[in-house]
Amino acid sequence: MSRTVRFALNGVATALDVADRTTLADALRDGARLTGTHLGCEHGVCGACTVIVDGLAVRACLMLAVQADGADVVTVEGLAPRDGGLGALQQAFHEHHALQCGFCTPGILTTMHALLTEEPEADEARIRDVLSGNLCRCTGYLPIIAAVMAARGAYRREGVE
Amino acid sequence: MSRSNAFVGSPMPRIEDARLLTGGARFVADLARHDLLHAVIVRSPLAHGRILAVDADAARAMDGVVALFTAADIGEVPLIPIRQHGVPEGEAYRQPVIAADRVRYVGEPVAIVVAREAAVAEDAAEAVVVDIDPLPVVADTAISARDETLVFAAPTNRVTTFRARAGGADAAFAAAPYTRRARFAVQRHTASPMETRGLLAEWDGESGHLTVHGATKVPFFNRDTLATMLGLGAGDVTLIEVDVGGGFGARGEFYPEDFLIPFAARRLGARVRWLEDRREHFSAMNHAREMTAEMEIACERDGRVIGIRGTVDVDLGAYVRTNGLTTPRNVAQFVTGPYLVPHIAIDVAVHVTNKTPTGTYRGPGRYEASFFCERLFDMAARDLGVDRAEFRMMNLIPEERLPYPLAHMDGLDASWQTELDNGAYGEVMARCLETFDWAAKSRLDGRLVDGRHHGIAVGAFVEGGAGGRGETARMTITADGMVEVAVGSTSLGQGLVTILTQIAADALSLPMDRIRLVHGSTNLVSQGGGSFHSRSTVMGGSAILLAAEALLQAIGEAAPHHEAAGKVRIEDGMVAVGDARLPLDAFAGLVVERQFFNKKLTYSYGAHAAHVSVDPRTGDVAVLDYVTVDDVGRVINPLTLHGQVVGALVQGLGSTFLEEIRYDEEGQLLTGSFADYLMPTATEVPPVRAISLGLRPCPNNPIGAKGAGEGGLIPVGGVIANAVAAALADFAVEPNTLPLTPPRLWHLIEAGRRAASDTTNADDPTNAEARP
Amino acid sequence: MKLPPVAYRCPESLDEAIALLAADDEAQILSGGQSLMPMLAFRLAAPSVLVDLRRVPGLDRIAIDAEGTHVGSRVTWRALERSHALAAAQPLLAAALPHIAHYQIRNRGTVGGSLAHADPAAELPAVALTLDATIEVAGPAGPRRIGAQDFFLGAMTTALEPGEIVTALHLPPAPATRRHGFEEFARRRGDFALAGIALSLDVTLPLDVTMARDRAAPRIEGARIAAFGIADVPLRLDAVEAALEGAVADASAVAAAEAACVASVTPDGDPSADAAYRRALLATLLGRALACALENPPAERAA
Repeated sequence: MSRTVRFALNGVATALDVADRTTLADALRDGARLTGTHLGCEHGVCGACTVIVDGLAVRACLMLAVQADGADVVTVEGLAPRDGGLGALQQAFHEHHALQCGFCTPGILTTMHALLTEEPEADEARIRDVLSGNLCRCTGYLPIIAAVMAARGAYRREGVE
Repeated sequence: MSRSNAFVGSPMPRIEDARLLTGGARFVADLARHDLLHAVIVRSPLAHGRILAVDADAARAMDGVVALFTAADIGEVPLIPIRQHGVPEGEAYRQPVIAADRVRYVGEPVAIVVAREAAVAEDAAEAVVVDIDPLPVVADTAISARDETLVFAAPTNRVTTFRARAGGADAAFAAAPYTRRARFAVQRHTASPMETRGLLAEWDGESGHLTVHGATKVPFFNRDTLATMLGLGAGDVTLIEVDVGGGFGARGEFYPEDFLIPFAARRLGARVRWLEDRREHFSAMNHAREMTAEMEIACERDGRVIGIRGTVDVDLGAYVRTNGLTTPRNVAQFVTGPYLVPHIAIDVAVHVTNKTPTGTYRGPGRYEASFFCERLFDMAARDLGVDRAEFRMMNLIPEERLPYPLAHMDGLDASWQTELDNGAYGEVMARCLETFDWAAKSRLDGRLVDGRHHGIAVGAFVEGGAGGRGETARMTITADGMVEVAVGSTSLGQGLVTILTQIAADALSLPMDRIRLVHGSTNLVSQGGGSFHSRSTVMGGSAILLAAEALLQAIGEAAPHHEAAGKVRIEDGMVAVGDARLPLDAFAGLVVERQFFNKKLTYSYGAHAAHVSVDPRTGDVAVLDYVTVDDVGRVINPLTLHGQVVGALVQGLGSTFLEEIRYDEEGQLLTGSFADYLMPTATEVPPVRAISLGLRPCPNNPIGAKGAGEGGLIPVGGVIANAVAAALADFAVEPNTLPLTPPRLWHLIEAGRRAASDTTNADDPTNAEARP
Repeated sequence: MKLPPVAYRCPESLDEAIALLAADDEAQILSGGQSLMPMLAFRLAAPSVLVDLRRVPGLDRIAIDAEGTHVGSRVTWRALERSHALAAAQPLLAAALPHIAHYQIRNRGTVGGSLAHADPAAELPAVALTLDATIEVAGPAGPRRIGAQDFFLGAMTTALEPGEIVTALHLPPAPATRRHGFEEFARRRGDFALAGIALSLDVTLPLDVTMARDRAAPRIEGARIAAFGIADVPLRLDAVEAALEGAVADASAVAAAEAACVASVTPDGDPSADAAYRRALLATLLGRALACALENPPAERAA
């Protein structure tokens, strides 16, 4: 069975026709053609598909698209400033070489964006704890932790979005 | 050739990052196409058996299913070639691209379903019934070696035995004042890049041309292989490299799907995409490293090593795939690493079993060999009462003995022989010990503090680089005044574009933003090598230097009045001919292509030191400090190099503590998800200090660089196991089986406690017999 | 790993949800989905209909009063983590929360989902058992309450009848002086435990102050201890509880508890940890949880 699901996607009202069994991740990738949300395992462990739903970082492979009806969804494509360039977190990742192949990166950016938006004072232990829900095979995590620590200042200044 | 060094050696942030950070990357799953069909592979549910029937009627009849192919539809089933030459014994054990009458591992392709939607293709695949008459399962090397059940029509399950020899081991061991023997095991695990594999194949019936997206690592070899299998010319097949989510040696080899998906596209005259899912990845992608060893060391009383000898049994899995023999070869040749060991006799027997085939994974064979060697060294040092750091310093190959040949590979031609190039092994280890503060930390060694036992260890490694055939670079001056640089090297996420752009910019005295670097795809250059064996920087970079020289010469020849003006230069982004300045776009259309060939390998080297604490009641190990120091000859980009070292090290910690592919005795895979296959996460990563030096430029290539992608991983198993052994010295624990899981360590500790209280020797098979 | 064909319903009331379940034997409740969705992805489950509870009113309520703590089945781990009142009222549950899965999972995973899924290595069932919790369910025959000790029947098996839905977890009130301990050992942060312990107890001084000094030492009363990750259900450690009853609250009690645990508990082994290791591990965790409870009076812990 299929139906139309309506939600705000990176601030833009969006309607997608989806089958009941379609996950939010597949709907974003195939329906909305936003392919920055990556599928690394499709069973809720790797975190590459993490998106922000109503302010909370969630695994888009563990949610049906129909469950996003009425929600506010932010993907990696929604993290950069609208006028181009990189957001503070993205810039910190660039400067700290916090990505290599970049496949896990979108899910880590969305997770850390949600964290710092809510907890701009998060310390290293908290960042590590939250980051443990995302697998990265290239970096060994240390540059990611350094980048997130460095980006906190920007979130403190901005306050909660 | 004169060239500036504005960029080489500088920590340039990566050119690649912007797209990857904003969701703008294009991995193979991201490619959009009209009328795209989706393929799913039906795989064998049993480890060994004869295929009686494949009942696909229900699947074929499902709404949305376009086609279903089995071996019968393919006709004569091609066999996947072995990429290494010179080991003809492997030919009989090659893998067919699809199982026709026999399956040999769980996950072997049996059929391919093509449907209009991916989910429908999965529904259909689930409906296919494969009727298999089971055969006895060869679940490990011990069963394999008995040859009671033969996996192939060949007379034995033992594919070959690699033999590494130096000096005369038997006589040396007979005369040695000290020897010690131990048994070791390294577990099966896998590279597990975050992006699974994927292919998108498009057949253009009008031009008879096949285009396949998703190639990586070795596109030119794969193109030639695919063209041959399909009866097409190499010019009829284009392999396109798109963004790639990590490889680590396993991705990009020629797998069954590299035939099946293009075959389906051609047969259907369509666009067909296959995206490996994580579950099938665990049974389809190459596994790695499973082996056992019985090794023996001989030393003088003062700790000088006389010899190492032993036998290794490699569980290769069901087939000899493209690079399946690299790991066994490396184990044989690299046991002694950077150490001067006069007498060597290592036999590595390669066995087929009913498990997923194995191939290379970062530091192939070297990680395992280093584990054996470093453990033997610590056992010997303790027996002989020599400080373990001093033991290594006295046995490192002195700089004046370099180049130094590694053990001779008996029965193999000259291309398999190799020598360590150059280096200051002792200096780098001293730097590691100093950074780690070995002397101060030694006071904690073996001590119990707040319920945890502390231990330290140090080890050294060499990392081979720059293997394989040549590499090609083509430079084109474009109408917009850029230089397009195309290389056959491939990117797997290691920052290749940035590194090679740095090299090209310096070689041409241009800013980096005047270089447009493209790579990997087979339509860019005439021949290419690819990215493996830590080669892409050295090989691609060297080819770029040659091409840059040629381009400057070509510009000179094309420049007006160049005879009078002398040699041309590029200054401030302009071509300088004498006093005249010409814009680069005045030379638009100039093209040069050059190949770099390399007969000798590079050997970067270094040392690692670790400090651990062990909770004896749970078997939990905490890594408290980790130091690496390496010499890569010449540092191109310290930022990406540091990333390579730390990333490799953390993978090594996964190999040492967590990651394990397990099978039951029926050959059923027990670890088919990320819930069972445990990789390191952010909370497992210790503090790391990684120092990379450009101490001794490599004499074998014009850049002076050496491979740098694997050294961070190679000695981790040995160093960590030695630190754990040091921590648990009170219990005489010898952790000789990986991974070091909490239950395994707890049992070793308990056995040590029992042995101490019994005063009789514990009957622990991992404990060696000492003959001091 | 696309999901098998399945229909989706999102009822607006509990009655509607019950009716949807009653109408189809193959229908299944979808709560947070953090365990169910992976099972669907692996095609280990193939329900005909998923009945999503997200619009059913009242299931996301946390209420704390003199009768105890009421946690609606749709309450997420995140909501529990952020409730200061809950941390004060139910410190054992609060101590368990950081061990449960990862950040993103905790944002969606629910109390009701964890109870109904009944993973033997999960934290909440053991906490429920230790705290003598009641699970409130509703079905075609109306609502009923099931004690935690009767709810978990086996691995992924509960006392829920066909068509019944978990609506809430009820935890009895605990005196502010009660001590708690929680320990688990997992291979990585957030993984299911190889073994774990949840315990609560009271430490009391004998009423008769004229007693000899050694007999006036604080003693353990009413210890309740549950182990998880060692069998197909969370287990009460009756023999350990008995050994601790009336014991002097010091290191000797810890040693006695560990000895009783080793003597009385026979854990299951599996490929990730054999039975002998689990037995020793469980005793170690028990000792640490107990020591923590004895060494940390509630007032200090709340600080």
